[in-house]
Amino acid sequence: MFFLDHIWLIPLLPAFGAAMMFFFGRKLQKPAVSAVCVGVVVVAFLMACGAVWQYTGWTTANGNQPYQKIVYTWLGSDTGHMNYVTHDGQTAAVFKTDVGFFLDPLSSVWLLFVTGVGMLIHIYSIGYMAHEGGYYRFFGYLNLFMFSMLMLVLGNNYALMFVGWEGVGLCSYLLIGFYFHRKSANDAANKAFIVNRIGDAGFLLGMFTIAWYFGSLNFSTVTQLARENYNSLLGSPIITAATLLLFVGACGKSAQLPLYVWLPDAMEGPTPVSALIHAATMVTAGVYMVARSNALFVLAPTSMWVVAIVGALTAIFAASIGLVQNDIKRVLAYSTVSQLGYMFLALGVGAFSAGVFHVFTHAFFKALLFLGAGSVIHAMSGEQDMRNMGNLAGKIPITYRTMGIATLAIAGIPPLAGFVSKDEILWRAWLASPWLWAIGFVTALMTAFYMFRLVFLTFYGQPRMSHEVEHHVHESPTSMTMPLVVLAFFSITAGWLGWPGSLGGSNHFEKFLEPVFAREGATVEAAETAKPAGEEKGGGIEYGLMALSVAAAAVGFGMALRAYSKAGKDYPEPIAVAAPPIYDVLYNKYYVDEGYDYLFTGRRKLGEVRLGAMGLGEASSWFDSRVIDGTVNGAGWSTRTFATISNWFDKWVIDGLGVNGPAILARMLSYPTRLLQWGLVQWYALVMVAGLVGFAFYYVYH
Amino acid sequence: MQSHILSMILFTPLVGAILLLFVPKDNKDAIRWIGNIFAALGLLVSIPLVPLFWAQRAEPGFKFLEGTANNWIPSIGAGYNLGIDGISFLLIMLTTLLGWVSILSSWTAIETRVKEYYIWFLVLQTGMLGVFMALDFFLFFVFWEAMLVPMYLLIGIWGGPRKLYAAIKFFLYTLFGSVLMLLGILFLYFNHHTLTGVYTFSIPELYKTAPQIPFHYAIWLFLAFFIGFAIKVPMFPFHTWLPDAHVEAPTAGSVILAGVLLKMGTYGMIRFLLPFFPGVAMDTRVRGWMIGLSIVGILYGALVSLMQKDMKKLVAYSSVSHLGFCTLGIFALSPLGLSGSVLQQVNHGISTGALFLIVGILYERRHTREISEYGGISNVMPVYATITMIMFLSSMGLPLLNGFVGEFTILQGAFMENWKWAAWSVPGVILAAAYLLWLYQRVFFGTVTNPKNEKLHDLTPREVLTFAPLVIMAFWIGLYPKPFFEILEQPVNQIVHTVRPNYPGLNGVVNASTQPTMPATEPEALIRAVPPAANAKGKK
Repeated sequence: MFFLDHIWLIPLLPAFGAAMMFFFGRKLQKPAVSAVCVGVVVVAFLMACGAVWQYTGWTTANGNQPYQKIVYTWLGSDTGHMNYVTHDGQTAAVFKTDVGFFLDPLSSVWLLFVTGVGMLIHIYSIGYMAHEGGYYRFFGYLNLFMFSMLMLVLGNNYALMFVGWEGVGLCSYLLIGFYFHRKSANDAANKAFIVNRIGDAGFLLGMFTIAWYFGSLNFSTVTQLARENYNSLLGSPIITAATLLLFVGACGKSAQLPLYVWLPDAMEGPTPVSALIHAATMVTAGVYMVARSNALFVLAPTSMWVVAIVGALTAIFAASIGLVQNDIKRVLAYSTVSQLGYMFLALGVGAFSAGVFHVFTHAFFKALLFLGAGSVIHAMSGEQDMRNMGNLAGKIPITYRTMGIATLAIAGIPPLAGFVSKDEILWRAWLASPWLWAIGFVTALMTAFYMFRLVFLTFYGQPRMSHEVEHHVHESPTSMTMPLVVLAFFSITAGWLGWPGSLGGSNHFEKFLEPVFAREGATVEAAETAKPAGEEKGGGIEYGLMALSVAAAAVGFGMALRAYSKAGKDYPEPIAVAAPPIYDVLYNKYYVDEGYDYLFTGRRKLGEVRLGAMGLGEASSWFDSRVIDGTVNGAGWSTRTFATISNWFDKWVIDGLGVNGPAILARMLSYPTRLLQWGLVQWYALVMVAGLVGFAFYYVYH
Repeated sequence: MQSHILSMILFTPLVGAILLLFVPKDNKDAIRWIGNIFAALGLLVSIPLVPLFWAQRAEPGFKFLEGTANNWIPSIGAGYNLGIDGISFLLIMLTTLLGWVSILSSWTAIETRVKEYYIWFLVLQTGMLGVFMALDFFLFFVFWEAMLVPMYLLIGIWGGPRKLYAAIKFFLYTLFGSVLMLLGILFLYFNHHTLTGVYTFSIPELYKTAPQIPFHYAIWLFLAFFIGFAIKVPMFPFHTWLPDAHVEAPTAGSVILAGVLLKMGTYGMIRFLLPFFPGVAMDTRVRGWMIGLSIVGILYGALVSLMQKDMKKLVAYSSVSHLGFCTLGIFALSPLGLSGSVLQQVNHGISTGALFLIVGILYERRHTREISEYGGISNVMPVYATITMIMFLSSMGLPLLNGFVGEFTILQGAFMENWKWAAWSVPGVILAAAYLLWLYQRVFFGTVTNPKNEKLHDLTPREVLTFAPLVIMAFWIGLYPKPFFEILEQPVNQIVHTVRPNYPGLNGVVNASTQPTMPATEPEALIRAVPPAANAKGKK
């Protein structure tokens, strides 16, 4: 049981790599950096395989239980003295969240493809980043990402999942802004982080709702309580609120409407990052979270509908934008958003394992598409605009062939991986509502069109690049092509794990996940059997739908073939020719970014008025300096004014009239008297003599 | 046996200040060394307190008691009476740590009147520690006022261009609050005499009588204390002295101001406002106002931060937002809210302290704090850029760093009381990411556009040393906060028990008998109790 007991080592290994880069990366040579950073991920992958292998043995012996390994108490304390009151106002719940690891079939799936695809992308990056500056920084961030993603997947409670959740967001931020000299990269990085934070706020509140209601954040406790009280909790508004809030978080991380805006911009990052974080792993975290909370979601039919509808709308919305984009990575980015929409559609209609299965297959072919695009960009000396590509098939054959396989897979051509997983989703969508199926079907058509458009514009037609660039076109080194080949292999075969029963398979994938979705499987089956003879009829319809979606892929292929296979310089865009206004709207991504800038960020002004956060910020600043500080300064000013008046009053009235006034009066009165006595003795003598003379005259003449 | 460890911690900085009086003022290096040694010594003598306190963390009541009631000025009932619980313990450790860090950071920043600077700083240190240790209201008030003067001088002498305006505003505003508080203290003092016939400022004694004051008097007392503390915190709308004081204060002054001084307000609320006036604190309207002001502070501070052009002002307004979380936790009045609040106070000291150091480092090199003057700094100062990123992330509450633990606990505590409180506060978390990341982008990313920034040198070893303890603490609290929760749970449960005796799950509270009984006194008796100053003399 070595691997299971040491499961905590799996995330810790990449964390160690990241720490090494943080402290010593500057001083290390490139080979040393690759050895450490790729090495830890390879070991993590091997340990993950070992852990899952041991888990399958362990769980059959333990009644299909999830495996848990508690390492230490993180938030709260062990004494049981830190409590909070739950929803009834009387029951105290202990505030205690562990750093604990959790392995069940669901986390096993993520664990395997995260470490597996992650390992391949690490190897690919050795070649891709060979000539870039900040090599150690790149690998350090990449390792930090692996750590966060593994914490997200392996945490045994919502809070720990949130650690990974924000951690991957941080790494995404750091890696999108890897070329930090470019303002567009920094803007994209900020946008990614802040939009994700909006989702995270929802996640936090959802988490609190769960803690408030269930008194715990542990997955197993919450799931158990939810299942035990299925009948009493079904449709409960609290659970609906909790699940919707969690879904807000999922919308942020997994780029669903209306929070998808960050993902296309995230393509500013290096291409391996786009492949790893923004296609294969991180963006599927929302799917993981919803699937992990399946016991709660099935209690809230409203939330399920919201998830399904948001997923379906996102799928078709993003696919329609992807039809007309010219940047090879942007097309793939919108494709990712659209495919994530499919996954949520699956979750929303209760087909949890189908959604997870699509995550699994998508990880391979979308990573392959991005890495292939990276190889193309590498060959084209950094050019990303497909208008300047063309006719590369012969020059970079491995890239061409592997990308071709991935395109067939995503377009849903049997028997490749995408066909199996996508058809499962469409079939289950049909069961829930034909409208959802219709949206998914149209999306499938669009997907085939924009993917083959990408292939034709890149690899066929006439060369449209400059001669200099054309001269430099070369196939990528082995470290880059090897991962392409491995991923191509899985893009073909990964779907076979879940080959549907209707085509003679036994869907091992769904069986493997059964313990996680046990109750849900049961309820959905019950719903299916409730339909009269649904099982029998289902077979026929299922084949029909399958044929339809293959036909859609073929139509998409045909349309792209006609429009782009011989594209020369200034080739026409069929949509632009047919309906210019629609083309403009699609090309400008429905003007959503502009709208958000007017309404929410306030980066653009509506006339003279600034709305959004910056508008509020400006208004608050004005209010602060004028009104609040104005009041404070006003109090100070009025005190000073009053003091000045008092001073004047004191000087002129009290001291003037009251004190000095009598003095002046006395002085004025004293003037006449003073004339008599002015201190000159001779004068006194003169007066005396005059007096004597006076008296003498008086007596003499009287 | 009485231990004197608290007195030792309290007076070590003061001894340094007295010693510095005898050093000739021209010998700047000697002054710096002595100042730093005593600051470091202040931290060192406080470290033994950690294992000592840890051993008795679960015991109820105040620990490390020193002095007895009324032993200082027996005639009026004032005592030199010290003691701490888990809340004051954490704040004391924060103070000694930040005191050392900020004195270390002043080495090259202060060139004029060096001697006075270090003396006042050490005096300030003693004043702040005293506030957290005093168990006697008279002593508390002495320290509370005593620390105003050095801070006033630090801003007024070593501050920026508008230092006099800022210093006077800071002093008068705070003094206004203190006067109201003094009136409140005197009311409690005479009330205690009316009820028991004893004149005393002893806080544990006043705990017994203050809750018996009937609501219609208690509400005014509550307001008097509240305004005193709210100005200090500062809560919206009493906050406008803060940006001015921060912008003008020298770096170390800002660190201490944000890191410790603001916590005196929140500490006062937890230590006095709640246990003295439990009935008022639990009153729906009062609580609604307190929570409302906290939430407005969170959002408003963040929004104003977003639009600042001066880095230091941005950080100052972010403090208003962060302290809003702290007061939200306090008035959530639950173990989670309160412990999260105390933890967040420590976190804010660490993170915002570091942010002020960060701004100070650029200011020392370029003598400007205008954001537009910078850009591309990570090209020339990579180590500095990395540390800044870590502290920004800590400040915006990224998990596995300290800020998250505090915010999460506060928000959960608030949510359990009323989900709307948490829902209104959560946008503050989003805005924090916005204003900090935008600041980071404008200062650090891109290419160096301003030629004056091309030659900036990266951090010196001394500067790295100032950041090291803060970064370590940020990771420690983020990764392993359990010890902090265990230190806090006893005092926090005790306070919640005082305010809400029926709150379930309050384990570890031993003296359940101190439940307030209300109302025991006739209002008339209280009115008569207020005036007789002559009475106090008569007792002599």
